Amino acid sequence: MLIAAAALSLLVLAMVAVVAGRFPVVHRMVYGATMVAALVLTGGALDHLTGMSAGEAPTTVLPIGLPWLQAHFRLDTLTAFFMAMINAVAALASLFAIGYGTHVPEHRRVTPLFPLFLFGMNMVLLADDAFSFLVSWEFMSLSSWLLVLSDHRSETNREAARIYLIMAVAGTFCLLAMFGLLSGYGGDYTFATMRHTELSGLPAHLVVVLLLFGAGSKAGLVPLHAWLPLAHPAAPSHVSALMSGVMTKVALYAIIRVLFDLNGGVVWWWGAVMMVVGAVTAVVGVLYAMMQTDLKRLLAYSTVENVGIIVVALGLALAFLDSGDRLSAALALVAGLYHALNHSFFKSLLFLGAGAVLGSTHERNLNTLGGLLKRMPITGTTFLVGAAAISALPPLNGFVSEWLVFQALFRGPALPHWTMKFGIPVVGALLALAAALAAACFVRAYGIAFLGRARSAAAAHAVEVNAPMRWALLALAGICVVLGVLPVVVSTALAFVVNPLIDVQMNPAAGMGWPWLSPTGSVKGSYSATVVILVGGLLLLAARFAVRVWGVRKLRRAPAWDCGHAEDIANAQYTADSFAQPIRRVFGSTLFAAREEVEMPMPGDMEPARHRVIMRDPVWDFLYVPIGVAVGRIADLVNRLQFQTVRRYLLLMFLTLVFLLILVAVRR
Amino acid sequence: MSAIVWQLLHALLMVGLAPLVTGIVRLAKSRLQGRRGPSPLQPYRDLYRLLQKEAIVADSASWLFRVAPYLIFTATWTGAAIVPAFTSDMTLVPAADLIALVAMLGVARFFTALAGMDVGTAFGGIGSSREMMIASLAEPAMLMMTFSLSLLAGTTAPAGIGAFVLKGGIHLDVSAGLALLSLLMVAIAENGRIPVDNPSTHLELTMVHEAMVLEYSGRHLALIEAAGMVRLLLYMTLIASIFAPWGIAQPDEPAVFAVTGLLLFLVKVVLMAVALAVFETSIAKMRVFRVADFLGGALLLALLATIFIYVSEAV
Repeated sequence: MLIAAAALSLLVLAMVAVVAGRFPVVHRMVYGATMVAALVLTGGALDHLTGMSAGEAPTTVLPIGLPWLQAHFRLDTLTAFFMAMINAVAALASLFAIGYGTHVPEHRRVTPLFPLFLFGMNMVLLADDAFSFLVSWEFMSLSSWLLVLSDHRSETNREAARIYLIMAVAGTFCLLAMFGLLSGYGGDYTFATMRHTELSGLPAHLVVVLLLFGAGSKAGLVPLHAWLPLAHPAAPSHVSALMSGVMTKVALYAIIRVLFDLNGGVVWWWGAVMMVVGAVTAVVGVLYAMMQTDLKRLLAYSTVENVGIIVVALGLALAFLDSGDRLSAALALVAGLYHALNHSFFKSLLFLGAGAVLGSTHERNLNTLGGLLKRMPITGTTFLVGAAAISALPPLNGFVSEWLVFQALFRGPALPHWTMKFGIPVVGALLALAAALAAACFVRAYGIAFLGRARSAAAAHAVEVNAPMRWALLALAGICVVLGVLPVVVSTALAFVVNPLIDVQMNPAAGMGWPWLSPTGSVKGSYSATVVILVGGLLLLAARFAVRVWGVRKLRRAPAWDCGHAEDIANAQYTADSFAQPIRRVFGSTLFAAREEVEMPMPGDMEPARHRVIMRDPVWDFLYVPIGVAVGRIADLVNRLQFQTVRRYLLLMFLTLVFLLILVAVRR
Repeated sequence: MSAIVWQLLHALLMVGLAPLVTGIVRLAKSRLQGRRGPSPLQPYRDLYRLLQKEAIVADSASWLFRVAPYLIFTATWTGAAIVPAFTSDMTLVPAADLIALVAMLGVARFFTALAGMDVGTAFGGIGSSREMMIASLAEPAMLMMTFSLSLLAGTTAPAGIGAFVLKGGIHLDVSAGLALLSLLMVAIAENGRIPVDNPSTHLELTMVHEAMVLEYSGRHLALIEAAGMVRLLLYMTLIASIFAPWGIAQPDEPAVFAVTGLLLFLVKVVLMAVALAVFETSIAKMRVFRVADFLGGALLLALLATIFIYVSEAV
């Protein structure tokens, strides 16, 4: 009831923003009220999560939609978990927007759509039949598309929105076909019926393929990710935070819902396919991120990487489920959900941090930033927490989920299939590579943007952002720390969430009890962030004490030494491109065909020397451009049909009728 | 109760012994190069001298530059406190397995690389970007080695793998050999030893670690140097605890065993220090971009180790 009221209030807020968008105070009020509504939704979901016994799920049927179809809604543990996560992030993004919302270009177009977008995502999670699901899914897609398009005067934004729309429509089409298959021949589109219909053989395989195309494109799986790094950064930063941090999670929710709940049986190679796709996505995503100089685009590519990691965990869970090892399946699924939870918080933290930088300097290009930690201490410090968390550094949250993923992966060799046995070490190596590259990527992003000296006047005169923005960043950074140092508490809650899906109650601390994260099974190992942070703190004090006792406390400020080569020009610093050069050379020379060209002027010539990096984007060159060309050709062919005589049209209709009648006759 | 006492002793030992180990390596290297070389106690004097000097911080540095040395040292020390050296009857042994250990050293590296970029000099950037390139291959190699060991021993905890080896679980095994080789290669790269990096150089265009910490002085430099020494000892302890765990007292054994374990540990460390000196003297430093091949090799060896386990199981 409370949840319904809060959800509906989001619609009302959108109306208010449309009607009274002229006044800046209205924007602040709308974002404030959105924050309250999102908090209520988080609270309601958490209340359900703690109050419910596993498997219990209240349902509602509303008489809306087509006359013979009713809209079904259901709140089970999986939905409640995702709702709590999404609305918590949305609440903090709204808090950020109270300070940021009116600085955005075309902000009057943004404010009304923000609550609508959130409403759409919540409805996707609550939907319990294919119609409400698809309508909500389209609602979510279109409202986010409009948000991407909000600053429509920029050519790149229009292009991004166009590609996003194409991919979103194609994705929804796949989901539509998938639900058609799932409902069997019964023609009943409620999820309850789908749960009881057991598909097998070709239709079941098709469901998985269509799901990976439909929801996978929204989540950003390679090679369907092409729209994501264009569209996510094009939206205002608080919307980017929701799109990257949260909307990708709604897509992952759809994958989990269908694979673990609706589709029934499991075939081992589904897991194998997902693991391969996920691992490739992770490595390719982070390599792309490493090459970007646009801070927001870098973050979007890093989202691609993290989605890959989560999909590997989901695939692993499927594989374990197929082999009957339910405990390991639960571990893998908990690892995946944990990473989804972590990613939604640190990625929105990083996007909001990028928004703070953008608001303060009007620059997104790393090569024009620098030295911001001194000018913007709160933004700089919280961004550092986010960067460390996403680089999987203990004791922050990113490491816990990565540890769990590896623990689950290391049990993989117990799977019966030889493909799995040989494949899992390779997937593990790819994930490890992705994790290490992510650290490099964020050292680069943070080091270039926040450390060193300012590379432009805008960066040199940046000022700290206003109070609501600071509080939102601090809250998100705090959540990242808490999720990191209390891994047993969080993963126990997640084990409760996956219980109804896998039918087993996993205890993440089974091996040693609190506070040691130690899922038992074939691979033993333990990790305790709680202990590590306490001991680390003690050792830090000890080190500090030792330095005090044996050392002197004198400190002098002086110009940088730089081995005697110090240059006053800020451009003599390493740039984002030069930082990426070693990795570009090691990994990018084949994948991106990266080359460097140096143009040296003749001696005595006053022309400047130029250094250019040339890269290709294999996904565009080998997949999207050929598809685009093919679609164009087919459209030209079909175009001929439009200019025919009436006689020919009649003939065509007649032939179609005959064809269909033959088809019916054959089926009989 | 004894676990806490052993833990404290172990943590102090790792910090107390680390400069000596570095001193032994330096002495052995000098002797091999035909020099008399400084006393093995020289690193202690060096650290004390640095602590007595005033710290100079560049004008363009932020607070991160001053905090980083403490974080780097603490992360390395915490990691070192967890790997068993002479007894595995320690409170912190379950706090981190090999995966977490890799990540803790990752924390130290993360902040070293950031500190290198904080002043905004060209050398700092060179060092950081190369360090992260090396790490992007060394970390996967280390995790793959963990994978193959966990397959053999059924656990990712160094103490658990050591206990498994002590029980006679691993014989002269191809996979274990490949894993050891991979770990040795990673250890050389992570400690910035020849042929990957040269620890005793300044102003060389191929320098990596030194380039990052170029701006440090005084107590900050002392902490960073000490962290480097602890890291070297940490890797030696790790190699010993996994591949030569003989003498490490197990939790169910009497306390006397820890004393003999300590003596054996010292012998092992001295042997490894001399072996490192011999290796470093007999090999030339390689170009920076050859390092990628070197570490790619380590990664492939670790993968091969896993594959060989299957093959030996199937045969």
